[in-house]
Amino acid sequence: MVDLKVADPAAKGGNAQAGSPVLEVRNLEAWYGESHILHGINFDVRSGEVVTLLGRNGAGKTSTLKSVMGIIGKRTGSIKYEGNEIIRMSSDKIARLGVAFCPEERGIFASLDVRENLMLPPTIRSGGLSLEQIFDLFPNLKERLNSQGTKLSGGEQQMLAIARILRTGARFLMLDEPTEGLAPVIIQQIGHTISRLKSEGFTILLVEQNFRFASTVADRFYIVEHGKIIDGFANSELQANMDKLHTYLGV
Amino acid sequence: MSINLQALSAQLLVGLINGSFYALLSLGLAVIFGMLNIINFAHGALYMMGAFCAYFLLNGLGLSYWPALIIAPIAVGIFGMILERTMLKWLTGLDHLYGLLLTFGLALIIQGIFQNYFGSSGLPYAIPDQLKGGMNLGFMFLPIYRGWVVIFSLVVCLLTWYLIERTQLGAYLRAATENPTLVRAFGINVPRMITLTYGLGVGLAALAGVLSAPINQVRPLMGSDLIIVVFAVVVIGGMGSIMGSIITGFSLGIIEGLTKYFYPEASNTVVFVLMVLVLLVKPAGLTGRAT
Repeated sequence: MVDLKVADPAAKGGNAQAGSPVLEVRNLEAWYGESHILHGINFDVRSGEVVTLLGRNGAGKTSTLKSVMGIIGKRTGSIKYEGNEIIRMSSDKIARLGVAFCPEERGIFASLDVRENLMLPPTIRSGGLSLEQIFDLFPNLKERLNSQGTKLSGGEQQMLAIARILRTGARFLMLDEPTEGLAPVIIQQIGHTISRLKSEGFTILLVEQNFRFASTVADRFYIVEHGKIIDGFANSELQANMDKLHTYLGV
Repeated sequence: MSINLQALSAQLLVGLINGSFYALLSLGLAVIFGMLNIINFAHGALYMMGAFCAYFLLNGLGLSYWPALIIAPIAVGIFGMILERTMLKWLTGLDHLYGLLLTFGLALIIQGIFQNYFGSSGLPYAIPDQLKGGMNLGFMFLPIYRGWVVIFSLVVCLLTWYLIERTQLGAYLRAATENPTLVRAFGINVPRMITLTYGLGVGLAALAGVLSAPINQVRPLMGSDLIIVVFAVVVIGGMGSIMGSIITGFSLGIIEGLTKYFYPEASNTVVFVLMVLVLLVKPAGLTGRAT
């Protein structure tokens, strides 16, 4: 991993311990209506890894997640999940393959109580967390099961949004800015949760602006800019790449 | 003035009957609006088709009221699902106006076809034998069929409420009303749910049509007369709530009945006057959520 040329970021930042590729994205382009927002995204996520997409606002991080989930207007290129081409699949079919998505705005339903929100995503295969395990991770939720979903605090809503996709048996989680707007102590709790999920074998694709947080949980980083992946490195290479990172993120 | 209990009760009963139809129809409209974002102007025509379906079943196949009560809503519901799959689904994401024009056009076509074959006069549909006759309650005479319509409608409304507010399927439906994209990304086939929801709403309208056949006769324009009032009911109740549609439907029927007794001249307009008042005070309707 000495060669850090930008030509094929997908090939870099390899993690020798990680397993086979779960997600392979090649030449992904996407459009919101008329506007062309992704211009050829290439990256991989391997089994058991936590991979973070970093980048400024509007760089295309969220659009990349939405493209994988199949909820963006038009997309071309190739997205393979566990070897299956999913670029032309509808989002319900993609979800049934084991891909779970936690959106940036959290997507807690106001007309559902906490229990209904938690039980909403259908089980797609066995092996999901039991309710006991979920309440063990997020004890707050247990006490608020009968509250209206949107009456929870921001942190609790984030926990609920993560908790409900752990139930389903999906093994590949996409979390879009799970720490946005939350208090440090809650960010810490979410960090612990992600580490614990990783240790239990979940594969996680994270979108973050908060790279300090990301550096505590991620194995590898990709930098997204103007709808492209422009760089990538492993967590161990973070210090060496600090200057570049500051330039990329403008921090 | 002295109150004639007999006449008052009779008008109240008429009000309750109308209220039953208002509730069944506005419930369907609310469910359809929630999921499809379409104001279903074809609702009155589909209600009429329910009544005609019962008529055909009786006179064509010799099937009585009871099987018609089940078959007509399913048959018209399937017709509705075909409309949704072939036409309404293309309206996703377009302005409300397009849905209004399409469903209004469909209503005119359906009504036109029935008028062409059956004219404008009513076709008789007999009350089923088991529900003939009446009961003397002391203060009034209650025709059994009318009591049956009120109670049966109420039960169907409450079952629909339970389905939507208390079951997992209902949770999918409520969630998909809020954010269909995310619900689909959880692995739920939302387009199929939308089709089934339209079928459910249409089925409720057709059920109201069957219930109404023995009372109001079977006429091609029976729906267009009723649907104007139902839209006022929906506006008053607000589109947001299932229980709101049920309560508003029955209440406005009763208010109409009371007006017929106390000030008959206003009985045709009272619902619209209320609609104006409610819109002035709460533009989202009594139970609607302002967005």
